[in-house]
Amino acid sequence: MSIDQDTIKHVAHLARIELEEQELKRLAGELYAILNFIDKLKQLDVEQVKPSSHILPISNVLREDNPGVSLPCQTVLENAPAKKGNFFTVPKIIE
Amino acid sequence: MELHQSSAHSLIKELKNHTLKPQAVWDALYRRIQQAEPRVKAYVRCPMPLADGAKSLADEVTAKIPVTIKDNICTAGLPTECCSRILENFRPPYDATVIRKLKENGLAIFPFKANMDEFAFGSSTENSFFGPTRNPWDIACVPGGSSGGSAAAVASDEAIWALGSDTGGSIRQPASFCGVVGLKPTYGRVSRFGLIAFASSLDQIGPITKDVEDAAILTGMISGYDPLDSTSVNQPVPDYTAVLGQEIKGIKIAIPQEYFISGMDPEVKEIIQVAIAQLKSLGALTQQVTLPHTEYAVPVYYIIATAEASSNLARFDGVQYGYRAPADNLLQMYKLTRAQGFGPEAKRRIILGTFALSHGYYDAYYLRALKVRTLIKQDFDRVFGEFDCVVTPTSPTSAFKIGEKATDPLQMYLSDIYTISVNLAGIPAISIPCGFTRQGLPVGLQIMAKPFNEEMLFKVAHAFERNTEWHKLKPKL
Repeated sequence: MSIDQDTIKHVAHLARIELEEQELKRLAGELYAILNFIDKLKQLDVEQVKPSSHILPISNVLREDNPGVSLPCQTVLENAPAKKGNFFTVPKIIE
Repeated sequence: MELHQSSAHSLIKELKNHTLKPQAVWDALYRRIQQAEPRVKAYVRCPMPLADGAKSLADEVTAKIPVTIKDNICTAGLPTECCSRILENFRPPYDATVIRKLKENGLAIFPFKANMDEFAFGSSTENSFFGPTRNPWDIACVPGGSSGGSAAAVASDEAIWALGSDTGGSIRQPASFCGVVGLKPTYGRVSRFGLIAFASSLDQIGPITKDVEDAAILTGMISGYDPLDSTSVNQPVPDYTAVLGQEIKGIKIAIPQEYFISGMDPEVKEIIQVAIAQLKSLGALTQQVTLPHTEYAVPVYYIIATAEASSNLARFDGVQYGYRAPADNLLQMYKLTRAQGFGPEAKRRIILGTFALSHGYYDAYYLRALKVRTLIKQDFDRVFGEFDCVVTPTSPTSAFKIGEKATDPLQMYLSDIYTISVNLAGIPAISIPCGFTRQGLPVGLQIMAKPFNEEMLFKVAHAFERNTEWHKLKPKL
C-alpha cells in the first residue's frame, strides 16, 4: 500500500494538524516505509478469526446512575488557556 | 551503603524499627540528585542547583519514603505534562488512583516528575519536549523508553523506586537498558484512572525498582479493582511478597524460538542463554516452544496503538488546558495548537492512526490488526496450557547510542520486538538484570506469565536474583 501526499494532507486535516510542506514530504516517505512493513499482515488468512479489541472477557460495564460530587468549576478552569466566568472561551465560531 | 542507594524494603524496615529518620533519606536523595542529575537528566523541571534541597519541602512530605512518578500519571497540584508542549504547565486537579493508593500506603510523591518520550511515544526518551535522559551506565547511550526517566532515576540512585507505564515495553525495555527491575502487570490489574491515555487497550502502570522484593511490594500497593476504570478487574490482590524465597524446582519454563533469531546481538544472546542455564540449575524445567505469530506483533501494535492514540489525543485541542496557539478562528486554533504543541513522533503516530481508522482503510488495517491480535493471544494461551512461564530476552540489544535510531522510526519501533506481544496478549511480564555486555551495559531477562499470575513472575525472578549479584552492581557516575 502506498500513501501519497494528498492522502496525508487529508488525514492530517481529519486529525486537525496543520502540516508544513517539508513535514508533509518527510511524513510521506516515513509512512510509506512503515506501511510497507505493516503490509506483512496481509500474509495471514484471517477470514475466520474473531477480532480482539481488548483481552478481558468483560463488556458494557455499567454502574448505577447515582449523582456524585463533581470538581468545582473554578478548579476545572484553573488550567484553561482562556476563560470567562464559568466558561472556557474560544475564537468566535458564529458570524 | 548510603541511604539513597537502599532498596525501599530495607528503608521501610528501618523506619519501622525507628533506626532511621525519613528526612535523612530525602537529604541523601537530594545530595545525589545534585551530583548526578546534571549528567543523567532523569527528572523534568528540576531546578539545578537544588538551592534549598529537601529543606524547602513540608515536614509531612519528608516524613515518608518518596516514590518517583512518570510525567504521564496525574499528581494533584504537581505538573503532569507527558513531556509535551501541548500539556505545558498542566497541573491536574486530582490524583490518579495509583497516586491515591501510594499515599494511603504511607508513601510520599516525589516533587519532580520523571522524564519520558512525549506521550510515551518512543523507546529511548529522546522524544521528550524537555530533552533526552541519559543512561547512567554510559551517558552517551539512551536509557530506553518511554519510562526512561523513571528507570535512569532508579539506576542512578536519584530515586528509591518509581512508577512507569508500559504500552509496548515502556517499563521493561528501559529497566533492561538501565539494569533495574521493571514489571508490566496484567491488563486490568492496576487502575488506569489518571494515567494520561496512550493506547487504552494496552496501557498499564507498573513499578521500576532496585530489586524484586520492592517490585512485589509496589505492585501490591497499586493493584486492585477501581470503579473509576471500567477495565480494571475485580479480583483479590494477593500478598506478592509471600512467594519470595520459594524454590522454583519443577517449574515449567517455555523458551520461544522466535525470540532468538536474526537481528539479535550475539552477546545478548549468550548472556540470556547463561541466565536460562542458571534457572535450570535451580531446578526449573525448560523446553523450546514456538509462538508462531511473534513476527506480526510489531506491525499489529503500530496499527492498534496508533489508532487508539489518535483517538485518545483528540482531546488536546487547546481549549481546556495546556498550550494554545493564537488564531482567528476555531479550526485554525485546533490545527495550529496541535501543529505547534505535538512533537514529530506524536504527529507521525496520530496521522498513522487516523489513517488506519479512516474510511476505506479501516478493514484493511485496523480490523485486520485486531484479528491478528487474536492469533497472538492464542499462541500464548496454547503455551500457558502446558507451561508456568515464558522466558526471553527483554530487548534484542543493550542500550544504543543517543541519536543512533532517532532518524529512522521503523528501526526504533523494532527495538520493542520482544516486549510488544505481552501487551497485545494482556499478560504480565517482568524484566530483571541478568548480565552485562563487555562494554559494561546491562542486559535484561524477561519472564512472562498467565494473566493475573504476577506471583509466578516474582517467584522465578526472586529465585534468580537470590542466586546472582547483577542487581547489586551500581553505575560509576
